Amino acid sequence: MFDWPEPFVWRALFAAVGLAIIAAPLGCIVVWRRMSYVGETLSQAGLLGVALGLAANVDLTFSVILAAIAAAGVLTLLSRQQMVPLDSALGLMHHATLALGIAAIALVKGPAIDLMSYLFGDVFAVTATDLYWIYGGGAVVVAVTLYLWQPLVRLSLHEDLATAEGINPRLPRAAFDLLLAVVIAVAMKIVGILLVMAFLVVPAVAARPLSETPERMAVLAGAMAILGVILGLWLSLSSDAPGGPSIVIALCTIASISLLAGSLRRR
Amino acid sequence: MSSRDAPGTGSPNGNSATDAAAAPCSCGHNHDHRQTDQQLAAEPDPGALISARGVTMWRGSREVLSDINLDVRRGEIVTLIGPNGAGKTTLVRILLGIEHPERGRIIKPASTRVGYVPQRFEVDGAIPMTVESFLSLGEHTTLKAIKAALEETGAAKTINQQLSKLSGGETQRVLIARALLRKPNLLILDEPASGVDFTGEADLYDLIGRLRDKHNLGVLLVSHDLHVVMARSDRVICLNAHVCCSGKPEDVSQHAAYARIFGPQAATVLGVYRHHHDHRHDLTGEPKPLAGASPTGRGS
Repeated sequence: MFDWPEPFVWRALFAAVGLAIIAAPLGCIVVWRRMSYVGETLSQAGLLGVALGLAANVDLTFSVILAAIAAAGVLTLLSRQQMVPLDSALGLMHHATLALGIAAIALVKGPAIDLMSYLFGDVFAVTATDLYWIYGGGAVVVAVTLYLWQPLVRLSLHEDLATAEGINPRLPRAAFDLLLAVVIAVAMKIVGILLVMAFLVVPAVAARPLSETPERMAVLAGAMAILGVILGLWLSLSSDAPGGPSIVIALCTIASISLLAGSLRRR
Repeated sequence: MSSRDAPGTGSPNGNSATDAAAAPCSCGHNHDHRQTDQQLAAEPDPGALISARGVTMWRGSREVLSDINLDVRRGEIVTLIGPNGAGKTTLVRILLGIEHPERGRIIKPASTRVGYVPQRFEVDGAIPMTVESFLSLGEHTTLKAIKAALEETGAAKTINQQLSKLSGGETQRVLIARALLRKPNLLILDEPASGVDFTGEADLYDLIGRLRDKHNLGVLLVSHDLHVVMARSDRVICLNAHVCCSGKPEDVSQHAAYARIFGPQAATVLGVYRHHHDHRHDLTGEPKPLAGASPTGRGS
C-alpha cells in the first residue's frame, strides 16, 4: 500500500529538485574552468557568513552570499600575485575560512551550537520561505546563466580567442562569481557547506561522457541531478541516513556508473 | 614564471659577448634600420588594415616591446619572426586589443575585420564540443557556410568530431575555418604550425597563401622558426623586443641583425627549403603528388 509522503518530504523534494536545475549549468562551467577547488573555498567562506549573520542577526542566506562574494574578490586578488601558485593560495584560504568559520560560530553562539546542520545541511527541515528563496532566486540565476551562457562557454574554451572576438571577459566572470555565491547560499540549507560543490560538480562529471555539446551536457547534468535527488531522498527515508549526504552518495554513484559506461563505450 | 618569460636579451646562440657589447640595443648591430625607416613613416599608412606606432610594453623592469611600428596591408603576408621571449605574442595580443600598450597606439580602421587563430589551442577534454558546434558558437552562421569553410581549409571530414580529439593540423584548419566564417579581411595567426609536422607545416602555409590569394586578405603570421615560413612571406619583420630589421625575406636573411639573432647558418635558410619535394602528405598522411609546387607568396 502506497502512502502519500508527508509535507516535509514534499518540501525536501521540491527544494532539492529546484537546486538541481539551478546548479547544473553552473556546475558544468565550474568543471570546464577547473574551478571546483575555487568553488570549495567560496562555499567554506559561507561558514564565516553564517557566523556574521548570527552575530548581526540578519538573514543567513544574505550573509552567506556576501561572504562568498567577498571570498571571490580575495581570490581574484590572489590569482594576480606571483609568490605562490594559485593552488597553494587556495589551499591556505580553504582551510583558513573553514577554521575561522567554525571558531566564529562557536564564539557567537557558544560551544553547544549544532554545527552539523550548517556543515551537512538538513534537507528535511526546509521551510516554505526556503522554497521561495530557491525558486525566486533560482529563476533569476537561471535567467542570468542563459543570458551569459554563450560568452561563458567561449571564455571557458579559450579566453584569448573569445576576447579577440570581442567579448569583454570581466563582466561574465564577475557575474559568474555572483551566481556561484547565490547558489552556494541556497544549497547550504539542503546539502550543507561541505557538500555544496558536490551538487554542482558531480552531475556535470556524470553528464560529460554522454555529451557531445556543451548545451547537452548542461541539460543532462540537470536530469542526472534530479535523478540523484530522488534516489538520495528515498535512500535517506528508507535507511534513516541524513538527507544531504544521501543525495550526494546517489549523485556520486550515478557519476561512477556514467564514467564507467563512458570508458567501456570508448573501447 | 616560466623560462620563456625570464628576463634577458634573448641571444639564443649564447652569444653573450655580442649582447654585452651592445649596451643600448640587444641585437648589437649598428642600427641600420634602412628598410624599417623607408616603409614606416611616423604617420600610419591610411591604406593599412592595421598599424602599430611606437608600441612600447614593460613586464616588470623588462621592456618586452620597444617602439614597435608595423603595418599590414591588404593582400600581403607579413611574418613576424624572433626568438622565444622576443615579444611576438605580446605584440599580437596588443594588436588584437586583448592587452593595451603602455605607450604608442594601434590604428585599426572600422572596415578591418580580424580573424584570429590563437597559439596552442588545446581544448580541454572537459568541454564537450563538436567542430560544428564550435564553428557556430557565437556566430550567426549556417550549416552550409560551416561546411564551405571547412571544405576550404581542407578539414571537411572533421565536422562531427570532438574538438579535443583533433590532431594539431586539423585543429589549426578548424581554427582557420572559424576565422574565415567571420568574413575577415585580416588574418592574424600566432604560431599556426606549432604541433604540426614538417610537411603538414608546408601544407598549412600553402593554405594560408591560397586564402590570401582568393580573398585578398592581409595576413600577419607569427613564427619562431625559420623553415618554410619566410619564403612565403612578402615581408618579414625580425623582432627582438624592438624591430631589428624588416623587409623582403631575401634581404632580411642577409641582414647582420638577423644573423646575429639566429646564427650564421640561418642566412642559408632560404636555400634549405628551396629544394623540391616530390610529394606531399594530405591530412590522413597519404602521400600525394605535388600540385602547383612552387611556394606561394614570394616577394615580387
